[in-house]
Amino acid sequence: MNLIALKMLMGDRLKYYGLIAGIAFATMLILQQSSILVGFTKQTGAFIRDTAQADLWIMDPQVRFSQDRVPVRETTVQLARGVAGVEWAVPLYQGFLRGNMPDGTRFTMILVGLDDATLTGGPPQIVRGQLSDLRRDKAVFIQADKPEKKLMMKRTGGRPLAFGDRFSINDNEAVVMGTYRARESFFWEPVIYTTYTRALSYAPPERNALAYVLVKVQPGRDVQAVKKALEQKTGLSVRTNDEFIAMTADYILNTTGILVNFGLAVALGVMIGSLVAGQTFYNFTLDNLRHYGALKAMGVSNGRLVLMVLLQAGTVAVLGYSIGAGLGSGMGWIVASQGLAFSMPWQIPAFAFTAITLVCGLAAWLSLRRVFALEPAVVFKG
Amino acid sequence: MRTADRLAVDCRAVTKTYGEGETAVLALRGIDLEIRAGELMMLVGPSGCGKTTLISIIAGILDRTDGNLHVFGADVSAMKPSARTSWRRDRIGFVFQSFNLMPALTATENVAIPLLIKGSPRKEAMARAEHMLERVGLANRRHALPAQLSGGQQQRVAIGRALVHEPQLIVCDEPTSSLDHETGLSVMNVLRETAAAEDRALVVVTHDARIFEYADRIARMDDGRIVTLEGGTRASAEAYQRVASPAAAQHA
Repeated sequence: MNLIALKMLMGDRLKYYGLIAGIAFATMLILQQSSILVGFTKQTGAFIRDTAQADLWIMDPQVRFSQDRVPVRETTVQLARGVAGVEWAVPLYQGFLRGNMPDGTRFTMILVGLDDATLTGGPPQIVRGQLSDLRRDKAVFIQADKPEKKLMMKRTGGRPLAFGDRFSINDNEAVVMGTYRARESFFWEPVIYTTYTRALSYAPPERNALAYVLVKVQPGRDVQAVKKALEQKTGLSVRTNDEFIAMTADYILNTTGILVNFGLAVALGVMIGSLVAGQTFYNFTLDNLRHYGALKAMGVSNGRLVLMVLLQAGTVAVLGYSIGAGLGSGMGWIVASQGLAFSMPWQIPAFAFTAITLVCGLAAWLSLRRVFALEPAVVFKG
Repeated sequence: MRTADRLAVDCRAVTKTYGEGETAVLALRGIDLEIRAGELMMLVGPSGCGKTTLISIIAGILDRTDGNLHVFGADVSAMKPSARTSWRRDRIGFVFQSFNLMPALTATENVAIPLLIKGSPRKEAMARAEHMLERVGLANRRHALPAQLSGGQQQRVAIGRALVHEPQLIVCDEPTSSLDHETGLSVMNVLRETAAAEDRALVVVTHDARIFEYADRIARMDDGRIVTLEGGTRASAEAYQRVASPAAAQHA
């Protein structure tokens, strides 16, 4: 009977392909939009993940996301070092500054100043030079990935900023002494690393310049207890990496409308896919109602018919999902290779499969209601 | 008792009402009918007289409103729906006016359906279906889809499907109405040759006077009743002229 069910399904090629195409389309939309959303979410925390040597970040309570600069007093570093359970505490400068490339092209950068002594919080992977080169005169490190997009000398139409180039940051000279590789970030501006002291010399004078204090907790100590102690001692907010990543993602997704837009796209994908697949499958069942009636007359039980319809729905669901997942992954691979946001953790395919199964299940249930209500005597109505 | 004396179908005061209250339609008004094993009974009469309702009840695919029905001793009217489904699967063969072949299945697969429903292994079912196709003269068309067969060939596949699981009762609804005269007679020959046996019975609903000669008895129905029953020996077209409606007789 299973073979009969499958042959019934595949008998009308046009409808069969339409069903699979509808489900594949829905799957692809769900996978793609969800993966782009997750990709964006991950990218919002890229800077925090790249600065992962620390356990805790001390910051002003008004800070809303990782690039939101609300400086705190320099003495915070000393206060933190005095808290029991703190292995080390170092300052981190971060701020948006203007720069001029050798050809005069102006650009905005995120300048990060690392603790002069330890260079803690530096980029995760050095491509050219050594991190200690940052201590050399006027030294900065630029990102090695896609400088032609972020650090292009546009005025002469020439080349991107490169190792050895001299340029200016806020009218102070800087020399590219190294390049690094980092995670793709949600923020467009290039991140340029230097030492904390030099960063302060580049930055316009402010009463307070310290953006964050990075804290490492001693091995074996309770991170949450140390966090609480730091909050009491400094009167500032202290967050773990995960908390800071979540806070940043939360702020960006909610304030930019990305979450709503992508959420709507996913919902639309499910709805359109449901309508296409559900309607086609329902029509398919209606078209075959006479045959189901004949089978009922010949002694096929309702239970058997349920299994046949479920087999048909399951077949189109698996085939449609597989094709949609393949297309979605392929497109995602292309998108990701361009450096755009795309991340597909296993939960997304699982969610898509669940959604598609529910859609097909719903369509099958609606169809089955007609099959159940069908009088086998319908077969005698010419 | 000889098989031929056995009652295949025993209808007693069977009534059927569609709807309720003022909109109720009395489709059968107390049918008493006996069909003997080995007999080919034809039900004739004008459209809406209750023929299709009666064979639907006899075949167990429609509930009667009142009365008793026994088919080869089984009390069909007392069966629960699930038991009736199993009974139909094992004991009834169907031949439909519009053939009702599965368009995506080959002739062999269509014929094998009743065996597959009964749970026969696929290989065995296909072998028996091929044998049945030989009996109905379609051995060389066993791989053809219904759309590749003529109307007569399709009906012969449908007859093969109705007989392959060796049912006791075969009900045929207008088996020749979609066919030309020659093909209709050929289909009736096949039906008569393959289905006629002392341990089974055929009930044929028809308007087609050209096939009356194949009947052992003809029951003429009108307005939910059997008005005449021409019986005893195989009825002829002339005999039908005495029992059929004037219009049908003229057609005959």
